Amino acid sequence: MSIIGGTHGELTGPLLEVEGIKTQFKTARGLVRAVDGVSLKLQRGQTLGIVGESGCGKSILSKSIMGLLPKRNVVREGTVTFEGNVISGLGPNKMRNIWGRQISMIFQDPMTSLNPVVKIGRQITESLQHHLDMSKSDARETAVALLASVGIPEPARRVDEYPHQLSGGMRQRIVIAIALACGPKLLMADEPTTALDVTVQAQILDLLQAQQRDRNMSMILVTHDLGVVAGRTDEIAVMYAGRIVERAPTSTLFAHMRHPYTEALLKSIPKVHEPSHTRLEAIGGRPPDLVNPPSGCRFAPRCAYADAKCVSDDPPLRLGDQPGHQFACWHPVGVPVSISNRVGV
Amino acid sequence: MSEAPSMPMTLEVAQSIKPAKVRVKKRGRVTLWLAVGWLSFITFMTVFAPAIGLNNPKKRVAVVGKALRPFGKFFLGTNLAGQDMWARAVYGARVSLIVGFVTIALGLFVGGSLGLIAGFYRKRVEGAIMSTMDVLLAFPALILGILITTFLKPAGPVSYPTALRNVIIALSILSIAPFARIVRASTLVYAEREFVLAARALGANNRRIIVREILPNLIPQMISFAFTGTAIAIVAEGSLAFLGLSVPIDKAPSWGAMIAIGRKDIERIPHVVLVPAAFLFLTILSFNLIGDVIASRNQVREGGL
Repeated sequence: MSIIGGTHGELTGPLLEVEGIKTQFKTARGLVRAVDGVSLKLQRGQTLGIVGESGCGKSILSKSIMGLLPKRNVVREGTVTFEGNVISGLGPNKMRNIWGRQISMIFQDPMTSLNPVVKIGRQITESLQHHLDMSKSDARETAVALLASVGIPEPARRVDEYPHQLSGGMRQRIVIAIALACGPKLLMADEPTTALDVTVQAQILDLLQAQQRDRNMSMILVTHDLGVVAGRTDEIAVMYAGRIVERAPTSTLFAHMRHPYTEALLKSIPKVHEPSHTRLEAIGGRPPDLVNPPSGCRFAPRCAYADAKCVSDDPPLRLGDQPGHQFACWHPVGVPVSISNRVGV
Repeated sequence: MSEAPSMPMTLEVAQSIKPAKVRVKKRGRVTLWLAVGWLSFITFMTVFAPAIGLNNPKKRVAVVGKALRPFGKFFLGTNLAGQDMWARAVYGARVSLIVGFVTIALGLFVGGSLGLIAGFYRKRVEGAIMSTMDVLLAFPALILGILITTFLKPAGPVSYPTALRNVIIALSILSIAPFARIVRASTLVYAEREFVLAARALGANNRRIIVREILPNLIPQMISFAFTGTAIAIVAEGSLAFLGLSVPIDKAPSWGAMIAIGRKDIERIPHVVLVPAAFLFLTILSFNLIGDVIASRNQVREGGL
């Protein structure tokens, strides 16, 4: 009996709703505010990209949504609603009905997220047999079909091989096959292409996109690379220092970005149309210490447009003029100075 | 440049280029097979001893009071009781091998399970299990072995199965703690690996994670420790037998007991001691060698991943 059982009327609402998630780690240095009040909404069949540099809380956010963080020394707040049911705070025994079958996850490194001593077939059939009560032979057939669907050549032979016999890209395809095995409604992909070659990255992203469309699955694509999410997501949330600083439908974000951090992220990516040897603009400095985050805007110390107000007052997430656009900045970029009251620059 | 013979790179040419032969020296190849050979031989002899026409090890086959030298009428000579040393050494392997294998199987099962549970669940479970193991390890092993066998020993004469059972119980208890420690240490490493988190994210419960994800990674290492452990158990049985705490020699000969009995006359008739000692030595050496080779092969495989 799935705990999702009683929600027949909820098929119209958003698949996932995250409200004010806070995840803090107790350390000897103090409380690390890894995720500090993030709210998200994800509709069925939609893809959300979460972008930000290392250490801004992207992975912790996705693990918090999944409920995969250990209990010890972790302070959690906020609610996660999946198909109308609150799943935050459920114990692992109840979450096990959701993990794999409703929400699945792909990890960054296919070298480490596959068990090196278990045959590929077994790693796929495992959850099929367990969650879907398939017989051994049915599960094996399904595994072969799954491997074929993620573009593994000679899938019938591959099921009897070990992960080390495959290349990195092939392994990530297998990780995807395992994650998709039980037909989840939501796939969390935590930096699924970071450990791969650039040429393979595109293939894997295309595969994820194709699978997401075929299965009408929702997907959260976590990455540090704006380029990765650009053409493949419906919406993008930019994270900085544990918070969402800008959120918009993908096309709106690229056309009307308001937050200086988003702008800086985009400037740090090489562009095809620029002449070669054009200097990329790095973002100076490092993300702030999450034990003592700066008062005011957290990006202020690294922001070219910051002034006294940015240092003292924390900008709230406010609506932009485009539909669905939100950002947290006192001096949004691309807005005439008279409107935004930008000082100097 | 121009003088170089122009050789078109055809398929034949390409095939004629032979890669330089590189001789990769495989470490301990011969000794490994010698060890495997010795253990196979001993195991075979032990199992089929009655069927291959060996003398009864307890029967007098030669003159009493005059130990015959080896390589005479009897392959390894006789002892003062006129018993065939070759037959006794082979039958002695029975006790050693049974004790060695059963002890390690039990110790590995109990200790391994405890180690897995401790390493996976951590917290209070780990505290309880590992402090018990520390208490067990705090005793000097031989003293604890003597203590348990003496405690288990019935008052009257001991029968062969009872004595064997007691030795196995004592040595199994001794082997639990080291195995628990080793397995716990490796479990700690593997429990933090990403594939365990990935399995959990796919809805695997703890039991499945332990049995299906962590245990398969530990098995090669466990096999290597089992071989080394068997060697230690055989030595320990020998020590207990030497002290008269194992199977009584009038019930069944064992290497330790044979050494104990023969040591009085070691100057006059050394082969009575040297024969069981050599068997014991070769067997332990073989177990250790195989254990080492398995351990080193595992290292290479982990590194290659």
